[in-house]
Amino acid sequence: MSLLSNGNRQLVRDALAQMTGPVSLVFFTQTIGCEGCLAARRVLDEVVPLNEQLAFEEHNLVLDKETAATYGVDRAPAIAVVGARDYGIRFYGAPTGYEFMTLVDAILLASTGDSGLSAESRELLGGLTAPLDLQVFVTPT
Amino acid sequence: MAVESEHVRATAVGATEFPDLVRLYQVTGVPKTVVDGTVGILGALPEELFVRQALAHRLPPVDSGTAT
Repeated sequence: MSLLSNGNRQLVRDALAQMTGPVSLVFFTQTIGCEGCLAARRVLDEVVPLNEQLAFEEHNLVLDKETAATYGVDRAPAIAVVGARDYGIRFYGAPTGYEFMTLVDAILLASTGDSGLSAESRELLGGLTAPLDLQVFVTPT
Repeated sequence: MAVESEHVRATAVGATEFPDLVRLYQVTGVPKTVVDGTVGILGALPEELFVRQALAHRLPPVDSGTAT
């Protein structure tokens, strides 16, 4: 049974049609003690086939320690949304409900590499010279 | 912001799945953005305001032009 209705699947396909470059969804899972891992995998299984520029790779958080460290991931489920380069976009937890469209938005952002931010925002961010970590806490509904 | 600046890392954290992080950062409502693990921004703000608040503890204070 799929998560997306036929209508919604087409909507997502239409949204992803705006992709201008390949995006890799790098998924970190673990076999024990991760209730959200299955849900996250199901979401990715639905999304990845909707655009040929979308690729998927799965890693085990425990067994692929080096890869996890490379992506700075220490939790599961985790998804790194990687475009031409790794912009530092991550999802911790299964991107269900409202977060599903946030994932689609992130895919588009990583695909185009264009933040879409205003000139003022870009100028403010241009002054940043050291790492800035943003963790946005969300719920599915 | 993460796409715009190579220094920014942005993680969406599902509150229901990571109660330890919710406790750590005292998340009582969503959305809540935790900046560098120290500063909290509550709610969804207009774009420039959000960017300013996120950078507030990094950028030098704005010169108001008045002597104090």
